[in-house]
Amino acid sequence: MPDLTDTKTEIPAQRAAEVPEAKPEKARSLGLDAWHDLRRRPIFVISALLIVLLIVIAIAPGLFTSVDPRAGDLRTHFLTKPNYGHLFQPDWFGYDGQGRSIYARVIYGARASVVVGICVTAGVTVLGGITGMIAGYFGGWVDTIVSRVTDIFFGIPLLLGALVVLNAFTSRTIWSVVFALVALGWTQMTRVMRGSVITVKQADYVTAAKALGAGTTRIMVKHILPNAIAPVIVVATIALGGYIATEATLSFLGIGLQDPTISWGIDINSAQKVIRTAPFALFFPAGMLSITVLAFIMLGDAVRDALDPKLR
Amino acid sequence: MGRFVARRLLQMIPVFLGTVTLIFFMVHILPGDPVAAMWGDKAVDPAQLAAFKHARGLDQPLIQQYLDYLGKLFRGDFGMAMDGRPVIDKISGAFPVTLRLALLAFAIEIVLGVTIGLFAGLRRGKAFDKGTLVLTLLLISIPVPVLGFIFQNIFSTQLGWVTPTVQDSMNLGQLLLPAIVLGSLSLAYVARLTRTSIAENIKADYMRTAVAKGLPKRKVIGTHLLRNSMIPVVTFLGTDLGALMGGAIVTEGIFNVKGVGFELYHAINLKEGATVSGFVVVLVLVYLAASLIVDLLYAVLDPRIRYA
Amino acid sequence: MRGASQAKWVVAAVAVALAATACGSNGASSGGGSSTGAVNAQGTFSYQSSEPQNPLQPANAMEVGGGRIIKQLFKGLVDYDPADGKLRNQVAEKIETTDATNYTVTLKSGWTFHDGTPVTASSFVDAWNWSANTKNNQINSDWFSDIAGYTDVHPDAGDPKAETMSGLKVVDDTHFTIQLTGPVSYFQYKLGYTAFSPLPKAFFTDPAKYGQNPIGNGPYKFVSWEHNKAITVAAYDKYAGLDKPKNGGIVFKNYTQPEAAYKDLVSDNVDVLDQVDPSDLASYKTDLGSRAVDQAQGAIQNISFAMYQDAWKPVDKAKVRQGLSMAIDRDTITKTVLNGSRQPANSWVAPGAMGYKDNTCGDACKYDPAKAKQLITEGGGVPDNKITIVYNSDGGHKEWVDAVCNSIRQATGVECVGDPKPDFKTSRDIIKKKQVQSMMRTGWVQDYPLNANFLRDVYGTGAAANDGSYSNPEFDKLAAEADKATTVEKTAELYQQAEAQLAKDMPAIPLWYYKTTSGYSNNVQNVKFDSFGDPVFTQVEVKQK
Repeated sequence: MPDLTDTKTEIPAQRAAEVPEAKPEKARSLGLDAWHDLRRRPIFVISALLIVLLIVIAIAPGLFTSVDPRAGDLRTHFLTKPNYGHLFQPDWFGYDGQGRSIYARVIYGARASVVVGICVTAGVTVLGGITGMIAGYFGGWVDTIVSRVTDIFFGIPLLLGALVVLNAFTSRTIWSVVFALVALGWTQMTRVMRGSVITVKQADYVTAAKALGAGTTRIMVKHILPNAIAPVIVVATIALGGYIATEATLSFLGIGLQDPTISWGIDINSAQKVIRTAPFALFFPAGMLSITVLAFIMLGDAVRDALDPKLR
Repeated sequence: MGRFVARRLLQMIPVFLGTVTLIFFMVHILPGDPVAAMWGDKAVDPAQLAAFKHARGLDQPLIQQYLDYLGKLFRGDFGMAMDGRPVIDKISGAFPVTLRLALLAFAIEIVLGVTIGLFAGLRRGKAFDKGTLVLTLLLISIPVPVLGFIFQNIFSTQLGWVTPTVQDSMNLGQLLLPAIVLGSLSLAYVARLTRTSIAENIKADYMRTAVAKGLPKRKVIGTHLLRNSMIPVVTFLGTDLGALMGGAIVTEGIFNVKGVGFELYHAINLKEGATVSGFVVVLVLVYLAASLIVDLLYAVLDPRIRYA
Repeated sequence: MRGASQAKWVVAAVAVALAATACGSNGASSGGGSSTGAVNAQGTFSYQSSEPQNPLQPANAMEVGGGRIIKQLFKGLVDYDPADGKLRNQVAEKIETTDATNYTVTLKSGWTFHDGTPVTASSFVDAWNWSANTKNNQINSDWFSDIAGYTDVHPDAGDPKAETMSGLKVVDDTHFTIQLTGPVSYFQYKLGYTAFSPLPKAFFTDPAKYGQNPIGNGPYKFVSWEHNKAITVAAYDKYAGLDKPKNGGIVFKNYTQPEAAYKDLVSDNVDVLDQVDPSDLASYKTDLGSRAVDQAQGAIQNISFAMYQDAWKPVDKAKVRQGLSMAIDRDTITKTVLNGSRQPANSWVAPGAMGYKDNTCGDACKYDPAKAKQLITEGGGVPDNKITIVYNSDGGHKEWVDAVCNSIRQATGVECVGDPKPDFKTSRDIIKKKQVQSMMRTGWVQDYPLNANFLRDVYGTGAAANDGSYSNPEFDKLAAEADKATTVEKTAELYQQAEAQLAKDMPAIPLWYYKTTSGYSNNVQNVKFDSFGDPVFTQVEVKQK
C-alpha cells in the first residue's frame, strides 16, 4: 500500500504484496503439505517460538518483571547504565531519562506493539478481503470503482491521514491507532485479494459449480475463498511486522500513542533526547521492536516459501 | 499500444479527481483555524481575521471554495499559500530536491539490490545467500528513525566523513547519506525479490537451452536469466519511485533536507489546504505516470506481453 | 504594553524571542569569547533560524523567524538598548508630548533607506496608514489602534472608509504629529515595535514583491532569500543608527530540527545558536567549552490549578496545593531531566526583576514527601485522587511534565498524568475556555523587569493572563495600593506583600526559572545575549581567517 508514503518501514512489507498479484500462483489448498514443510524449517520454528513468547509477554507482563514500568527514581536511577549480569532484574537494561527500569518498560511495551500488529492485520484482512473478493468476483464497474479507490488511497500522505483519523478521538489509545492504520491500510489487501480472486474464478471447478446452479454467496465462500486466500495470508503475515513499525513511527512523529500507554515507539522517541549520553535507552526498545518485526516477517517469509511450490 | 496508453490516461482522470477531493476535505477536517494560527500565541484581531479570510475567499461556503479550487487547478493555478507565495513556487522549489534524493536512493537500490540479489540467487543456499537473507531482514525490521540516527552517528559524528546534516539540499554528494537511509529498506526488498526470481528462473527450460546452445555464461545470465527475472522487481520499483518521491518525512527531517516531505509536513501542521493539495496532486501524477511506465516495461521485458 | 500583555505565556523559545521585540531588560550579560583574535569587519556569520511564515513586511512579522530578520532590516523611531533595556532614540531626534495624547515627532536627518532614498516623516505616516488598513492584511495591524481615525481604516466589519488615519499629520520632511484617541502614557514604548517601522516609496508600488525583496533602513540590508534554506543580509554602510554592525553580514540559516543545528555548530557549519536542543544539553558545555552560553532569563515556569473547578474552591484545599508543591523534587528534575537548563524556583518572580525576593515560597517549595502527604491528607485529599497536567506537546515540555508527575505520584500516591495537546493553539484554546480539569502548564516571560509584571498581570482578579481564575481580595487590595505608590521602590515593596498571599493560597506552583542555553562557533567572538535570549547581532565579531 504505497499510500503510506512516509513510513518507509511499512510500505515495502505491503508492497511485497504486489508480487503474488503480479504472477498469481496456482490456487492450491493450504494443506498438510505446507504444514509438514514448515515444521522442518528452522526459521519458521524460531520465529513461531519468538512470537509465542511475545504474545505471552503481552498478555502477562507481570510474569517477567515485578517492577512498575511507570515508577521512576530520578535521584538514584537517572540514566543509570545497564548491568548486563543482572538477568531479568530491573537494572538489566539500565534506566531511562525518567529513572524508570528500561527492562520493565520493554516488557510492558510489548502489549501495544503486539495488539497493534495483530488487530490491524486482522482488520485489514477482513475489510480488504471482502472488498477484494467483491471487486474480483463481480468485475465490471464494481471492479473499476474499487480499483480506482485503492489508487486514490495512494495519494493520502500517512501524516495527514493519521492526523485526520486520530483527531477524531479525544485521547489516543491503542485502539484509535489500530483504527487509523486499518482505515489507511485496507486497500492494499483489497488489491491482493482481487488479483487472487480473478485467477481463481476462471478455474474449472468454479464454472462447474455455477453450472450446477450454486448461489453467488456459496460459490464465493465455499469455492473461491479457500483457494484465493493463500496470497492474502502470506502478505498479511509479512505486513504485520510493518504495522508494528508504523505504530512506532507514528509515535516518533508525536501523533501516535501517548502516556500512560507504554509503547516502544514512545520510548524510542524520548530516548532520542538522551541519545548521546545514554544510547542504551534507545537500543533496547529499538532492539525489541526490530526483533518483533523480524519475527513476524520471518514467519511470513517461511509461510510464503511453504506455499510456493516453485521454491521447493 | 496507443489505445492501451489512451485508456490508462483516461482512467487517471477519476483517480486524480478523487484524490484532490479527498485531500481537500481531509485538510478541512483538521482542527484549528489556519488563518487564526498566523497570530500564533497572541490575541487574534477579529477585524483583520475577517478581512484576511475575505481576501482569500475563505469566508465562502466550503463547497464554493472546493469548486473554486478545482476550477483554478484545471487552469494550472495551484493557488496561493498562507504566506502569500504561489504554491507552484513551493512545488518547483521542493520537487527538484526530492527528485534528486529519490533518484539517488533509487539508483542505489537498483544497482546494489539487483547485484546482491543476483549473486544470492545464483548461490542459493550458500553462505552468501544466507548472509544476504539475514542482512536484508535486519534492514527491514529497523525503524527508519533509528536507522537514520545510527547512520548519522557512525558516518558523521564518529568517522567524520560527511556533515551531519545536508547543508545544500541540491548537492548530490551531501544527499548520499540520506539517500542510503531512504533506499536501504527498498534495497532489502529489491535484493530479496531478485534472489527469489532468479532462483525460480534458473531452472527454466530456456536456461537449459541457452546453456546447451553453448552461449557464454555471461550472456546466459545477462540476457536470458536477468531479463526474465526482472518483472516482479520492476513492479516493485514502479510503485517505489512514487513512494520515495512522496518524501520520507522522517529521513528528510533527520538530515535537514528541504524537500517534499518537509514542505508537506509543515503544510499539514499549519493546515494549509492549497499547499497540501498541490503537493499531493503532483505526487499522484508521478505515481500514475510511474505505474504506466511499469506496465509498458513489461512488454519490453517479456515479449509475450502485448498491449492491444 | 498592549501587544506584550497578549503574549506573556512562555512558549519555549518563540515567546522568549518575541517578547524581546517588546521590551528590553536589565543588562546583556557577557557571553563573550575567551580568545580574542583579529577581527574581520567584513566577515559574515550564520545564525540558527527558521523560515519566515509571511512576506517580510514590518507589520506582518508575528513569529520569530520573520521578526528577528525584520528587526535587522528596519529601524523605527526608537528602540531598546540591549545593554540595559532603556528606550533610546534612533530615527527620532525627539518625541514630545504634554498630555500623552498629542505627540510631535522630530526626525534626525541623514537616515536613508537601503535604496538611497531619504527617511522622511511621510515614510512613517504612509507606512502606518498602509499597515493599519484591513485590506492590506497585515497581521500586526491592530498595533495602530491607539491612533485617532484607526476605525476608519480598520473597521470591525466591512471595507475601510478611508485610506488614512486622521490622527497622523505630516508637518514637513522631518516633523509629523500623532494624535491618539486618548492618553496612553507608554505609547513611546510601543513605538519600538517593528510594526512602527518606516517604509520607502518603492514599497507602495508592489507590496507583495517587496515582501520577497524588502528595502529597509536598518543596520543590515537585504541580499537574498532562498526559501527554506537561508536569508542573507549584509551590513549597510550608510546606516545612521547608534548600533553600527561590527560584522559584514548575517546568514539566517533555516533549521527544522534543533538537533541538526547543534551538530552543525559543533562542526563550525553554523556560527551562533538559538537554543541548544534537549538531547545535547547534557554535553554542550563539554563540547563548546568557553563558547557555551548559560545565563539567566527573565522567565518562570509554573503549573497552575484550575481554581474555577468546584473541587479546588474550598479554603482548606490550599493545604493540598502546598502539599503537591512539596511533592515535586525540583532540584533533581532540573539537574537530571532538564540538564541544568533551569534553576529551581522558590518564588513567583524571576530573579533579576526589581522587587524579586528570594524564598517567598518558603518550605512549600522544598521537596518533603512526608510533609507533602500529611498536608494533602489534612486538606481532605486531591479531588478524585488524580491530577492531569494540560500542556502542548510541541514545546519540549513532555519530559519535565512526566518527571513532575512521577515525582508527585511517588511522593504522595496521587495519580498524575500529563495531558498533551498536539500544539500550542489547541492547549491555549482549552485553557481559555476554562475546560481544564485540574492543572495546566503556565509560564511567564517578563515584559519589563519589575515584580508587578509577574504578579498583578498573572494573579490579579480578572487579569488577562490569570488562566486559573485565581481571586483573592487581599492580593487585589495590595496590588491596587502598589500601583498608586509614588516611587517604583515602594511599588515593588507592596507587591512583595501581595506575593506573600500567593504562598498562602498556592494557586500556581512555581517550578523553575528559565536560562539561555546557547553557544557559538570558533569563527566568531563577542557574542552577547540579552536577558530575553536573543543574541545582539550587530555586536558579533567575525574572526580573521
